[in-house]
Amino acid sequence: MGILEVKNVGKRFGGLQALGDVNLSVKENTVHAIIGPNGAGKSTLLNCLVGKLIPDTGSVMFDGQSVLGRKPYEINQMGISRVFQTPEIFGDLTVLENMLIPCFAKRDGAFSLNAITSVPSETDVLEKAEKMLVEMNMADKRHMHSASLSRGDKRRLEIGMCLSQEPRLLLLDEPTAGMARADTNNTIDLLKEIKEQRDITIAIIEHDMHVVFSLADRITVLAQGTPLVEDDPQNIRGNPKVREAYLGESA
Amino acid sequence: MFGLDKKDTRMLLVVAVLTLCAPFILNPFPTDSAMAQFNAGYPDLMQRFVIFGIFAIGFNILFGLTGYLSFGHAAFLGVGSYSAVWMFKLLSMNVVPAILLAVVISGLFALLIGFVSLRRSGIYFSILTLAFAQMSFNLAYSVLTPITNGETGLQLTLDDPRVLGVSATADGSIPVTSLFGLEMRSTFEMVVGPWAFQFNAGYYLCALVLLAVFYLSIRIFRSPFGMMLRAVKSNQQRMNYTGLNTKPYTLAAFVISGMYAGLAGGLMASMDPLAGAERMQWTASGEVVLMTILGGAGTLIGPVLGAGFIKYFENIFSKINDTVLHNWFAFMPDGLEDFVVFIVHPFIGKGWHLTLGIMFMLVVVFLPGGLVEGGQRIAKWVKGRKNKDDSTSATKNPAE
Ligand SMILES: Nc1ncnc2c1ncn2[C@@H]1O[C@H](COP(=O)(O)OP(=O)(O)OP(=O)(O)O)[C@@H](O)[C@H]1O
Ligand SMILES: [Mg+2]
Repeated sequence: MGILEVKNVGKRFGGLQALGDVNLSVKENTVHAIIGPNGAGKSTLLNCLVGKLIPDTGSVMFDGQSVLGRKPYEINQMGISRVFQTPEIFGDLTVLENMLIPCFAKRDGAFSLNAITSVPSETDVLEKAEKMLVEMNMADKRHMHSASLSRGDKRRLEIGMCLSQEPRLLLLDEPTAGMARADTNNTIDLLKEIKEQRDITIAIIEHDMHVVFSLADRITVLAQGTPLVEDDPQNIRGNPKVREAYLGESA
Repeated sequence: MFGLDKKDTRMLLVVAVLTLCAPFILNPFPTDSAMAQFNAGYPDLMQRFVIFGIFAIGFNILFGLTGYLSFGHAAFLGVGSYSAVWMFKLLSMNVVPAILLAVVISGLFALLIGFVSLRRSGIYFSILTLAFAQMSFNLAYSVLTPITNGETGLQLTLDDPRVLGVSATADGSIPVTSLFGLEMRSTFEMVVGPWAFQFNAGYYLCALVLLAVFYLSIRIFRSPFGMMLRAVKSNQQRMNYTGLNTKPYTLAAFVISGMYAGLAGGLMASMDPLAGAERMQWTASGEVVLMTILGGAGTLIGPVLGAGFIKYFENIFSKINDTVLHNWFAFMPDGLEDFVVFIVHPFIGKGWHLTLGIMFMLVVVFLPGGLVEGGQRIAKWVKGRKNKDDSTSATKNPAE
């Protein structure tokens, strides 16, 4: 049994069957990549996992519990964190404040009327956030307005924010899309480090084959809303079906 | 001090000194001088300054932090006033229970309206709050007449029960509002040479309440809760995917700001025990939006400045009439004098809204951060000049 079990999930948008009959099992403490051509339904699948979309059919179980019908914040509190294709951070807040918010969310839950204590007096949360900033190599930027960070730093910050929630499953939707080569390599290194140092399961959607083959333990190829193959990276490279559906057109 | 950092403590102290010394500060001109019409140190005007300051501070907790623009906050002010007057009618003329009831009832009312309105955001939220407020306004005039006394407004009468007080005083008049016996209208006048300063009990009650709720708003701004509210404004999507439920955060902010409005309404009724539906009208809701934006939304002191600014100019400009203008410009040749008065005329008296509109436009266009940004720019400019002087004379200090 994997930590994430997707069974017979289907999703239709009007006349378009975005997801046909998806079965997917993500094993604990592995990096599972989901690849496929444009419009294959990768983002749709991911949105079904985090509560943004509700699938028409099938079930999604996380750690033995169904996530279907739950709100995004509830699913997040179960232990699933998500990184967006374009970094979603609190642009009006400082880098440190960005990091504090998930730390408070982890400690105090979905809502807390903590209106009388001051932020600087919450030493436990502050320490945790500062530590994560050091780990993300961003401690010197802590008082910067986060909107003014570079694209790569925004991505780092967003990943750091997700990690400070200590999620069991981290979902990434094309984390290197639109990035320069150097930023892409930095992100790969960061994700490798996370994979080695933490008890965490990662599911990643990615177009960049370099990223996929540097990180993935297991790969699912999605085409036209259905999984084509699921296998280890070395077998995926040589698989003719995959070449035809996906690698062929990008090679 | 008081759990605030140095900067906030200093700001609180400055506001405390300004409000407590307002009878002096607002009356700089001798009573008989030509400039006396620019004095604002009268009890009823000073009361209005702080009451609208409280209203705007509360509004800023919602609008300044979460970015949700309510166009119906005057409804809570009106509800607060009605509740307070009912307390004067039924219980006693003591302002404490009246103010408490005003805060509780407006809070409950805000919970209801907020719960529905916050199902939408952006312009739809604004329209929903506006619709609710206009609905309350119209109900107060029609169906709810038994509670609101319709167009006449809710007033005290000689046959109100006032179970803990008296229906009428010994000489047969309606009793006045008081704080455990201290009459709100009692005023001590201090005459110093040509000046006359007025110290009014009601004003000082309002001022102390303002200081208390201003302090509370600083605490909210600096708290984790306040940070979450700013996060709501910044990125709701990220909040939802960070395990945070934005609904109760926005609702809490809405209710808190509604309670501030109710408090302002309760104080208003405590100073002058009557309540009318016009307090709930959309123009009144719009006014608090103007105050907050003019002063600087999202800043702590901005709303207080904005409220003072608007209320001051409203009173001063609307008092000026053509006779006053002719006096001012009497030194000019007759033709020119008439011409200048003709030009200035639309901006004064009833036309003061035109002046307000122009000032508001100028601020929004040139100072998006409101008066607070104006102040910061001046401070920076002064500092910059000073630094320049320093650097030319001796070794330059590195910037802090
Ligand atoms: N909300 C929606 N309403 C209607 N159609 C949608 C919606 N979201 C996605 N689709 C359609 O569903 C199909 C799958 O989209 P999806 O975004 O999941 O693809 P993808 O694999 O993530 O593609 P890409 O690699 O371009 O990101 C596409 O044809 C898309 O146009
Ligand atoms: Mg996609």
